[in-house]
Amino acid sequence: MIRRLGLLLALVLTAPAAGLSQSADATRTSASAFLSGELRAEQEDDTRNRGLLWVDRGLDLWVRPDGARAVSCAACHGAADTMRGVATRYPAVDPASGDLLNLELRVNRCRVSHQGAERLADESEALLGLTALIAYQSRGLPVAVTIDGAQRRFFEAGRAFWHERQGQLNLACSQCHDDNVGRKLRGDTISSGLGTGYPAYRLEWDGLGSLGRRLRACQIGVRAASAPPAGPEQVALELYLAWRARGLPLESPAIRR
Amino acid sequence: MRPRRISMPAVAKRGDIVEIRTVLLHPMITGHTASGANTMPRQIVHTFEARYDGETIFRAEILPGIAANPYLGFTTVATRTGDITFTWIEDGGARTVEQRRLTVEE
Amino acid sequence: MQVVDRRGELNRRQVLVLGGCAAAGLLDAADAQAEAPPALFAAAVADLANGREIKPGRVHIDMPRLAENGNSVAFNVTVDSPMTATDHVRTIHLFSERNPIPLIARFHIGPRAGRATVRTYVRLATTQNIHAVAEMSDGTLWSAQAESVVLLAACIDGG
Repeated sequence: MIRRLGLLLALVLTAPAAGLSQSADATRTSASAFLSGELRAEQEDDTRNRGLLWVDRGLDLWVRPDGARAVSCAACHGAADTMRGVATRYPAVDPASGDLLNLELRVNRCRVSHQGAERLADESEALLGLTALIAYQSRGLPVAVTIDGAQRRFFEAGRAFWHERQGQLNLACSQCHDDNVGRKLRGDTISSGLGTGYPAYRLEWDGLGSLGRRLRACQIGVRAASAPPAGPEQVALELYLAWRARGLPLESPAIRR
Repeated sequence: MRPRRISMPAVAKRGDIVEIRTVLLHPMITGHTASGANTMPRQIVHTFEARYDGETIFRAEILPGIAANPYLGFTTVATRTGDITFTWIEDGGARTVEQRRLTVEE
Repeated sequence: MQVVDRRGELNRRQVLVLGGCAAAGLLDAADAQAEAPPALFAAAVADLANGREIKPGRVHIDMPRLAENGNSVAFNVTVDSPMTATDHVRTIHLFSERNPIPLIARFHIGPRAGRATVRTYVRLATTQNIHAVAEMSDGTLWSAQAESVVLLAACIDGG
């Protein structure tokens, strides 16, 4: 059954999309390059990129006092643009705990420990707003995560996950996103799976969502049990993706299908 | 209030046609699903109105066939300096209101 | 555009649908469940037309031929009109042939607009034609239609 599904998948993969560059760097192309002209235009048009609405929400929250200590993000961090460059270094190990944190985890840790506030729920408008705001400050800047020292073991766990077959379709991430980049899978063109556009406005979601949500959707796609939201497995994978995207510009909020 | 963006020039010459683009963060829950199962009840913005210089210059009656986070672009002739008021009204009656000043030069 | 208004050629089912429409306005949600979208679409357009002819022309639709996702498809409509006090577009009506609800929106403009042009994003339940009908200040109706093919995603992920 699984092999038949695998064969079926192989059959629906067709020749590379016409006009696609055959450069050696094809495995490190942003998914933006595979968007239709229409979606690409929307992504680059500030008058209608709907992901920017969440950045606006984030700005609202950034200056609002919250928690038992009634302080805002701005009270410690200043203006939101002081976050410029921050997203390029995430996921990053928190030295105090030794945990690898993505932006979502970092924001929530800050809220709990510095504002005396409750964590924001995964995929809530508030958490997406703050992470979109922070990621937006690094739009256009190259991804610059490190994989040395404390980051190393997480990087290796993420890399192992990337190459491990999973789900009823028994596929590893690498089989599509390394081996078949640029080929069509039904109406979609397979991307390198870099994630540099996230948090992204995804048409399928009718709204903005995190990279974690996109990864869970992929897992459902291969009929695997999803990793828990913002759990260590997911964040390690995010680090691996960021390393794969090193040097490429962040694009959040991107528009995706 | 719901996040919203208005894109329009701040200044125009009298008689110029000004392009206005608006977008609102709203899930626009249609009340339908493909399978008909687990359907959340409809919750959409049903009316959008722009008023300028004493009149409604654009009004949209919106049904679930308009996409989530509704985007509406339209035009108006610059008549005189004043505020353009944008109002979104959703099911249940809640309103989101935004204003932008258009300065009109001769 | 094909408009179901040539009364002599209506079949019995269409007469029943149109009769209901003329008396009670657009079908409400409960009735809508019982009718397929194409019939609802025909009824909605006939309700607008109210006996008037809908002429093809003057309306221009700009919508991608291929939609990457039916949840949101760019839709721009423009109508040839001087937009003067005595000669302008009053309303642009958008209809879907295959959505559960045929009327997508009505845009009320008028001479203050300067140009008859509206931009939005529509939801397409599936590959279909979308129709734009412009109602002029003199009561005449003009229309255009365009098709968009909704692409299938690689994975039905529901996530």
